[in-house]
Amino acid sequence: MILLGELSLWVALLMAAWTATVSFSGGMQGRADLIRSGERALYATFGFTLLASIGIWTALFTHDFSIKFVASYTSINLPKAYLFTAFWAGQAGSLLFWALILTLYSAIAVFANRRTNRALMPWVTGTLGTVSLFFLMTMAFGANPFERLDWAPLDGRGMNPQLQNPGMAIHPPMLYLGLTATAVPFAFAIGALVTRQLDAQWLGAVRRWALVSWFFLTIGIVLGMWWAYVELGWAGYWAWDAVENSSFLPWLTGTAFLHSIMIQEKRGMLRKWNVTLVIVTFLLSILGTFITRSGIINSVHAFSQSPVGNWFLGFLIAATVLSIFLVSTRLNDLQAKAELESMVSREAAFLYNNLVLVGICFATLWGTLFPILSEAVKGSKIEVGAPFFNSVNGPLGLLLLALTGIGPLIAWRRASVSNLRRQFIWPVAAGVSVFATLLVLGMRDPYALISYLLGGFVFGTIIQEFVKGIGARRKMYSEGLAAASVRLVARNRRRYGGYIVHFGVVILFCAFAGLMFKRDVSATVKTGDTITATDAFGHKWAFRSQGISTYNQLNREAVAVTFAVTRDGQPMGLLSSEKRQHFDSRGEKTFEPSTEVGILESPKQDVYLVFTGAADKDTAAVHINFNPLVWWVWFGGIIMAIGGLIVMWPQAQRAERLSGYMAELPAHPEHELAGASA
Amino acid sequence: MKARTKFLIGGLAVLGTAGYLMASSITETGQYYLTPTELATKVANSPRFRNNGVKVGARVVNGTIVREPSGRSLSFKMTDGAQTYAVTYRGIAPDTFTDGVDVVVEGRLDANGTFQATTLLAKCASRYENAPDKYKQTPGYQGTPAPRA
Repeated sequence: MILLGELSLWVALLMAAWTATVSFSGGMQGRADLIRSGERALYATFGFTLLASIGIWTALFTHDFSIKFVASYTSINLPKAYLFTAFWAGQAGSLLFWALILTLYSAIAVFANRRTNRALMPWVTGTLGTVSLFFLMTMAFGANPFERLDWAPLDGRGMNPQLQNPGMAIHPPMLYLGLTATAVPFAFAIGALVTRQLDAQWLGAVRRWALVSWFFLTIGIVLGMWWAYVELGWAGYWAWDAVENSSFLPWLTGTAFLHSIMIQEKRGMLRKWNVTLVIVTFLLSILGTFITRSGIINSVHAFSQSPVGNWFLGFLIAATVLSIFLVSTRLNDLQAKAELESMVSREAAFLYNNLVLVGICFATLWGTLFPILSEAVKGSKIEVGAPFFNSVNGPLGLLLLALTGIGPLIAWRRASVSNLRRQFIWPVAAGVSVFATLLVLGMRDPYALISYLLGGFVFGTIIQEFVKGIGARRKMYSEGLAAASVRLVARNRRRYGGYIVHFGVVILFCAFAGLMFKRDVSATVKTGDTITATDAFGHKWAFRSQGISTYNQLNREAVAVTFAVTRDGQPMGLLSSEKRQHFDSRGEKTFEPSTEVGILESPKQDVYLVFTGAADKDTAAVHINFNPLVWWVWFGGIIMAIGGLIVMWPQAQRAERLSGYMAELPAHPEHELAGASA
Repeated sequence: MKARTKFLIGGLAVLGTAGYLMASSITETGQYYLTPTELATKVANSPRFRNNGVKVGARVVNGTIVREPSGRSLSFKMTDGAQTYAVTYRGIAPDTFTDGVDVVVEGRLDANGTFQATTLLAKCASRYENAPDKYKQTPGYQGTPAPRA
């Protein structure tokens, strides 16, 4: 099976090359037989990539340590679940995993369009084949997962303990699923540009793919934050590290596209911009992979330096040049069909939304690449850290939050004063009352106050939209409250799913602002000693040390310190943090000891305990953090994912027609019955 | 005025603010990222350079790590092969910090030539990769060939 897998990798490579060659030539000569052959070859590419992946999984599960990849990332006593996830724990395997998802997506995209978009498809198939070919070549020549050692160790080196975490098992595949999905819209953009069929039709084909990409990137990023928070012991979840940024960049442009696509659908504007966003999103996902894998930028996450980086750089340059050429030669075909009519219109709000998203993207990219840029220009490497990103993206983020509330309320084309008054009075009142309440309660941090003011406002707009929609349905169809709420969302998935995503965004911003009030304390205590501290809410905490214990568990030995915790005198249970030393099956130590933090979680705040060292067998040094509202970050992430799922869910045919018809009506709230689409 | 023009003005205002924020925070928060040799050269050229906060990337010299038992402060030597500096760090070292790893320290050089670090990042080249070749020398690992499927 392993040999078959290795062989399959090479066959997949040939199949991808065949796909690209015959699809492009079929497209140029208009020969249906070549086009069909290219599509079949793309399915075959997926089939053989799958076989290669099964080969690697077989090697991992049978502990074939003659394969370098298996020996490097697993050991005999590694829990089975992590044998499965070891597939993407290292460079070579993660490239294969990437290729697997890419070819799967490509096959699905080609299959779904086997009868539609025929003029575009040869170019789409060819582009997807080329991208697959690139990944398969990089792997086969740069980092082959089937590479063998010239000797076979009796046990492997084991998996990095920090990767032995459920979050790390799911986070990378989610990111790959998201990053890879950007290739499909890119392929359609190339197809549309080459054939000059640049109407809204190609956009329809890519919208769902852009959503798939956004959905998985969102989940991947939030899971990455969660992993960093529970595993790395620094009590934060986002450090503006180069690798974190590189997953954030395509998310930003992807989000911008999901908004600007609505303007093109409704008003025929922003055609150049949309094509550009699709292309840039794909290029940023490749750039991110390059940053992650080349080691060119300092990052705590980086893979070790490897030639794979050069492959990605080459591909990135080629794709950029080609894209610029195609867009610049087709500017005439991309003329807008309408003009912006008023600054006070939904179009304008969406344009600002795009501007801010791309602004954040640019600032983040600038900050990430600044060491390289400054070295090239001034000859010395200058790094910018978290303060740079916070001071630029903080204000931009708040502006974005405000637009999240304004956009959906304002009318298309030109809003009237009465429209504005009717739509905004309650949400603004909600924001102001939140602000006033917090001020009275004693909150003084300006960033947090503005966040909660805007959060209250946007939350008010969302509630108002739901109340209006549900009310209209109850009147029109005499439905009960529950039925009206469910059907309102079910019949207008794009619009109300979008509001649910926005609700998640509001929660996230409010949770971010909570970190303005974090507190921490360090102490060294003997068994029986008590640490006392006061949190930002004024609660008095006491931590009474229960001593240090040592025990064996799975593939590791743990040294744990445990505290009995009370808040204002009330018992809150036990909290412990561990130092873990992992071993392989022969009793050899693998990796350095790792720290497992203890978290006492609640919606109000997390109490985050880090065991920093043991001076002797009953003296423990610990660091305790009080992190307000972190729980809401994960909750907000889940809400965003649910909203995304609702938007993506295929809509019944009848409802599609209805919403299409309703969209023709002038956009006034009176006419915006429960059937109109957002 | 046409709506388009108004939008452009608004857009420029947003971008201008963003640009200003970027420029000002780079001057405020940007830090030199140097090797020990580069740091020595800069300090030799202008002694006042040691007042700047800098980041230094270097490798931990084997056997030089001295940890305070509480785990909240430690000292070690870092080198790039040519220049070596003693480092004192107050804070919690990451799990990956150990002999021979690449580190990035942030802080400044004191009057005695010791680097006072405020942050310490360990950048283990084998962070995700644990090269199996290490076992080639370990007795007991090289016996019969591993089973093949």
